[in-house]
Formats: sequence, structure tokens, C-alpha cells
Amino acid sequence: MNVPAQEAPFETVRDVVVENPVISAQKLDFWYGQSQALFANDLDIAPRKVTAIIGPSGCGKSTHLRVYNRIFEQYRGQRAGGRVLLDGQDLLAPGTDSIALRRRIGMIFQKPTPFPMSIFENVAYGVRLHFSFSRKELERKVEESLRAAALWDEVKDLLHKPGTALSGGQQQRLCIARALAMSPDVLLMDEPTSAIDPVATARIEELVLQLKERLTVVIVTHNMQQAARISDHTAFFHLGRIIEFGATAKMFTNPSHPKTEEYITGRFG
Amino acid sequence: MTELRLSHRPATGRKVADVLVRVFSVLSAALGIFFLFWILWVVLKKGHTVLSWSFFTSAPPSPGEGVGGIKYALVGTLKMTGLACLMGVPVGLLTGVYLAEFGRHGAFASGVRFCVNLLMGIPSILVGLFAYTVIVLAAPRHYSGNAGAFALAIIMLPTVARTSEDMLLLVPDALRESALALGIPRWRMITGILFRAARKGLLTGVLLSVSRVSGETAPLLFTALNNNFYPKNLSQPTANLTVTIYNYAMSPYDNWQRVAWGASLVIMAFLLGVTLLLRFILKERHRS
Amino acid sequence: MTPRRLADLWKAQTSFRKSSAFHRHVDRAFRYLTLACAATTLLLVGAILWNLIEHAWPSITKFGLGFVTSSQWNPVKSQYGAASSIYGTLVSTAIALILALPISLAIALFLTSYAPPWLAKIVGTCVELLAAIPSIIYGMWGLFVFAPYMQKTVQPMLAKLPGPLFDGAPLGVGMLTAGIILALMILPFLTAVMRDVFAMTPPVLMESAAGMGSTSWEVTRKISIPYGLRGLIGATFLGLGRAIGETMAVTFVIGNSHRISTSLFAPGNTIASTLANEFNEADSPLLEAALIELGLILFVITLIIQILAHLWLKNLQKRQAR
Repeated sequence: MNVPAQEAPFETVRDVVVENPVISAQKLDFWYGQSQALFANDLDIAPRKVTAIIGPSGCGKSTHLRVYNRIFEQYRGQRAGGRVLLDGQDLLAPGTDSIALRRRIGMIFQKPTPFPMSIFENVAYGVRLHFSFSRKELERKVEESLRAAALWDEVKDLLHKPGTALSGGQQQRLCIARALAMSPDVLLMDEPTSAIDPVATARIEELVLQLKERLTVVIVTHNMQQAARISDHTAFFHLGRIIEFGATAKMFTNPSHPKTEEYITGRFG
Repeated sequence: MTELRLSHRPATGRKVADVLVRVFSVLSAALGIFFLFWILWVVLKKGHTVLSWSFFTSAPPSPGEGVGGIKYALVGTLKMTGLACLMGVPVGLLTGVYLAEFGRHGAFASGVRFCVNLLMGIPSILVGLFAYTVIVLAAPRHYSGNAGAFALAIIMLPTVARTSEDMLLLVPDALRESALALGIPRWRMITGILFRAARKGLLTGVLLSVSRVSGETAPLLFTALNNNFYPKNLSQPTANLTVTIYNYAMSPYDNWQRVAWGASLVIMAFLLGVTLLLRFILKERHRS
Repeated sequence: MTPRRLADLWKAQTSFRKSSAFHRHVDRAFRYLTLACAATTLLLVGAILWNLIEHAWPSITKFGLGFVTSSQWNPVKSQYGAASSIYGTLVSTAIALILALPISLAIALFLTSYAPPWLAKIVGTCVELLAAIPSIIYGMWGLFVFAPYMQKTVQPMLAKLPGPLFDGAPLGVGMLTAGIILALMILPFLTAVMRDVFAMTPPVLMESAAGMGSTSWEVTRKISIPYGLRGLIGATFLGLGRAIGETMAVTFVIGNSHRISTSLFAPGNTIASTLANEFNEADSPLLEAALIELGLILFVITLIIQILAHLWLKNLQKRQAR
């Protein structure tokens, strides 16, 4: 537990090689002002698979995720070093178009954040900004997205009610529908079920498994059972480093690194 | 070991002090309420006699003859306040946006914040003086409703800016992030989502600033002056309620003084209404 | 990629208005627009100062420092001095603060500790409504109702007290009446701030003091007031800033005389009331410049008060953060 963070050299234990990664973080460092939060993270995200990021609180897992869509850049003093390749292009490069990037990479947050408008508008708002759909096409897109988020049947008669009127779990699925409406390639989920009751959580996990047929999911979670249930690959973070990366089934039954084993068996974290 | 003796300091004096303070505090509260109702009563008693529908729709009276009405002054006040809103609200709102969304902790932002506070504290008569030097003196000494509206806008600006900043900061960052994460550009995030999320608060700020300026007299004294004619446009000295009250109250004519009290009652009723409404809105937010 | 997705992407690129390049441009423009608005406030403060100095210049060069020390105000001889206005401003503000501070403290105490919640709500609203009454109505009430009352009832009583403060004929209008009305006008403001300060005191502190057998006044005096002292002083500064520039109410009741008198019954004037009274009748450029210089002095005084209050409260926040 008392391993100094600066201890070098450090090597991530990995037992899978990802072919044609959608996203590939290479030597990713991250700073909040003066304090470094991520140290040389190397991580490949496999296409059409669910990658889980686990680790104790404050280990940098959310920080890592927040680099992928550059959402950190709106805060002063937060900066990233290294490279993150998306389809072979470094998304940290200065010229990157964040707006276009975020259209391709959606994100779901801890707490559901419906916009202060109707359910229909919640889903349509972003779409309308970027796509020249006719009213008909837009309605179809909204329905399609709500269906994909397994919410359509519950809200089809309330489309013009405010999004905030839904329950917590429904709100979170509304946020997922909202993200899906932008036709993203990747969906980042930052502890999406931590503010939601167990039944609603189960529905969202089910949904993630369905979504993997059409896009790539990266999910940060501190619920290890959740990671075991829904992910194909798992990365274990500790003190800003990736300790171990591998197939989920292997990692949860037979972890290679002693630290991973300690965490998974619940001895710290 | 010597025996520890507990000696009691008699509490009588302390208790007397406590009772005295209690009595003083009750009296003070009663005093505040007494003055409030005294003033309300006086304005109501002296003002209600002239109130009628025609008071709102008639031209001002000649000295010594009848009560006429305050139509011109009312229209002039509304027009000037409206124009002041058009100038002051957008600038104030966008200043609030800058402070809450772009500047936040920068040195420039804290300079702006300081100036906003400063502008809030500047006596309104100085704002009138400033508007006089800038607008009235621009054309060779031309008083106008526009100059009055300019002065009122300067008074509105800091109130709107500060409430806007506060209200935007109440919107959780999670909402900003989730909008940006959808690829919604910042300007749409702010105008489409944050404004909507904070709309009640933003409206409160505007109402607050309107209530602040609608009772103002001092900034109009050297700018809009007053006028006996219908304010078709604001390029001339413009009739308005507060300066009318001032002029009429100071006049020796009994009928003008009665009109002044009537107009005071109108303004006071409006301001008390707005204040109670704002209080209600703010309460509502507290609860939710 | 499915055909539907391809169609989506194609649709996304059909118009410039939907492209992210467009939005990036608008984003930048919007940012600059807000920056420009924010800069307006800086500009305004600078412009106010500059304009007042510029238009006061003839008077500044003619009278120099003597403007502040002379109490002459003689349009016939074109001799102008600000001393009586400055004196009146300071005295009326001082009266207002001396009266309003203890009363607002007591009302805040009443609202936070003595009154049951339902009563506190009513009284709180009433005190707040005092702030909604416009200055000019205070003025009219002051001139036509309160000043005669002062003249007939209060001043004759006060006149029996020894000392020069209450000498002279009871005129009703004058420094004392103006001070009392000012006190009334800043009362709601001070009460609100003091109430907040009391609400800031950690309940644990107050409870433990009360648990030791302190009476509630002792809790206030020994815990709440010291705890919030810096905040209270900051509030006083701000109340001062309000009272010092108050115009209409004072203009009605102060009597408008350019004389300095030790008696609080005597009529006087303040910077703001002199401006309100004489500016529109100023027929000579020098008189106008002198009046604007008065305004400049008022501006500088408010500026100093604001800066002090700002530094004070900033310091306070730093301490609390620690």
C-alpha cells in the first residue's frame, strides 16, 4: 500500500493484445495544476467491446476517461501529456476539433443530467445542432434513440413532459438516448449507475450489453461485480498508473499482479 | 488537599441585562414596523383621494385646477425603463456570463467583479451627473429621455450582472459537462441550456433591477428633466413619474401636491408588489 | 458502417451552419462579446471618473485645495467651497449610522433568536419592505409629516438637554431629521447583513456557550458578535456607502443651507442635496464646474469606502478559508 508513486521503472501487466484499437492512449500523463494524476498510461480500447476501468477512489480512472473527449479542457490548470489516438489521429493535438470529437465520443456521467426541457427536446437538442434533419427524420431519430436506450415504451406518451419529471434510472437512460442520438462510435460511461437504485442499475447493465453490438463502450465503475458482469476487458488503476490490463474473465479469476488481487478480493479500496 | 468550593456569582445582573436586550430588540422590531406602516398609511391616506381610472388616462393638470392625471409621466417612465432594459439587461447578462463561464478566477474577472460592486455602490445622482456630461452635453445641452434611459441602464447593469453570475454559478457543472460532451458548442450550451436552467434566477435579477430603477429620481433630474407633453419619443425632455412627484410636491399648488401623493401611491404599490413577488420567487427556489 | 450511419454523417456535412467550424467561430465571437460586455463595466468606472474630473477642471484649477476647506457658497462673487456640503454629508451619515447600527443589530437579534419563526417571517418581510419604498416618498413623508412632528414634539423635548447639539429654533427640517430618515433607509440593508452574519455563527459554538449557562444576550455578545465582527464592520462600510450618496430624501428635509452649525436642529446640506437643488439652476460655467467637483468628491469618498470594504471583506474570506 505504501509503494511510492514515483517508483520507477514501472511496467503494466497485460495479457491481451488489442487488435485495431478504436482508442489508444500512449504515455498519457495528466496534471491538475502542479499535481500529477496520471502517469504514462498505455491503454488500447477494443472496438465493439466493453472495457471496464476499475480501481480505488482517487486512482485516476475518471481522470483517464475524461481525456478521451477532452472534457477536461474547459478547466483551468488541467492538462494532459502524451498521446491518445482515435483512428490513428492524436486527439490531444492542438488542432483537434473538440465539437466534432464529442459528436463521435459520447459521455454519460455519474448523476443523470437531463436538460431543463422536454424529453423530446432533450434528445433532439444536440441532433438539431449538427444534422440537417427534416422534422420527420428528427422524430424518427428521437424514437430510434429512445428505443436503443430501452426507454421508448415508458416515455412515448410523455414526450413533451419535462425530462426532470422522470425517475433517476429513467433520467440516466434519457441521457444515454441523448448521447446515442448523435450517432457516436464510442460511449464513455463515468460510474453511470452509482446514483441509481439496483433495479434501474440492472436495466442499464442490460442496455450496455445490447449497445456493444453497435458501438464501443468504456465504463468506469467502482462496482467490481458490475465490471465482471458486463465488460470484456478490464484495466485496473492504482495511484494514477495502470497496474494490470487483461480479459475480464481472467483478471477476476486469476489476476497476475498482487495489487490487483488485493483489490479484487476486497483487501483495500 | 483543600476542598474545592463552588462559589456562585449571582446571576441577577446578567439576567437583567438579558431581559433589557430582549426588550430593546422587541422595541426595535416594533419601531421598524411602526415606521413602515406610518409611511404606508400616510401615502395611502393622501394618495387615494385622487385615484380613479381617469388618473391614469388624463393629461397633467394646470396649476390650481383639478387633478388631471399622470398618463404622460406614466408612459414616459415606462418608455425610459423599457429602453434602459434594452441597454442594461443584455450587457449585464453577458457580463454575468463572462464572470461565471469564461473568466471565473482570472485577474481580469476579479477586476470586473470589483467594478460591478463599485457601480452598485455609486450614488445614483452621480450616474445622472455622468449621463449629463456624456449625453446631454454631447449635443449643445440637449436634455432627453434617452439620456435618462442611459443613466437608468447604468444603474441596472451591475444588479443584472451580479445576479446573473450568481444564478449561473448555481447550475451544477455536471449539466455543463454533459452538454459539452454531446458536442454542443459552448455558446449554445450557455444560451440554450444554462439560461433555461437558470431562467427563474435570471428573471429575478431583471425584476430586481427594474424595481431598483423605477423609484429613482436623482439620475433623471439632470437628464430627462420633465415635460408637460405626451412623450412621443425620447429625444426630448420626457415626462416621468418620479420627477413629476418631486416638482409637484415642491410646488405651492394644492392640486399638484395631491397628484404627487397619488403618483407616489402608484409607484409604492408597484414596488411593494414587485418586492413581495421577488421574495416569493426566491423562497420557492430555496425550498426546491 | 451501416448505410443509416453514413447517411447521418453525410447530412451532418451538408451545411456550413451545422458544421463544427461554424460553431467554433460563433463560440469565439460569443466569448469576445461577453468579454466586451464585462470590459464595459471597467470602462464605465473609468469614464465616470474621467468625465467628472474633466468637467470639474475649471473649478479645480480656480479654487485648488481651498475648495474643500471653504464654506463660502456665493454665486454673486463666484466663490464656491465644499466644506458645508462635506460637513453635512458626514454628519447626516454619522447620525444615520449611530441610530441604525444598534437598532438593526437588535432587530437582527430579534429575528434570529427571540422571535418564533412565524413572527420572524412577518417582521422580516416588513423590515425588508422598508427598502422597497423609494427615496422620494421618504422625502415627501419626511417633509410633510415627519418634520412637523419633529418640530412640535421631538425637538422641544430634545432642546431641554444641555449642550450645543440641540440648540436653536426647532424648525423640523434640518440635519437631525435628515439623519433619522437616512437611518430608516439603511435599516433594512444593515439588518439583512447582520442577520446573515448571525446565521453564519456555527450552532455548535452557540450551543456550547448556552450549555455553560450563558444567557442568550451573552451568547450573542461573546460568541456571535466577535465571530462575525469583521463581517459586521464590512456591512457597516456598505451601509455607510448607501447613506452617503442618498439624494432625494435628504434634499426634502435637510433645509438646504450652506452653513455649518454645531446644532443638529440647524438646516444644512449634503453633497447630493446641493447637486439636486442647484445643478439645474447653475447658470454660470464656474458654478456648474464647482457642482461637478462636489460630485467628484462624493465619487472619491464612495470609491474609498468601497475599496476599504472590499479589502476588508477579502481579508475576511481569506481568514475564513484558513
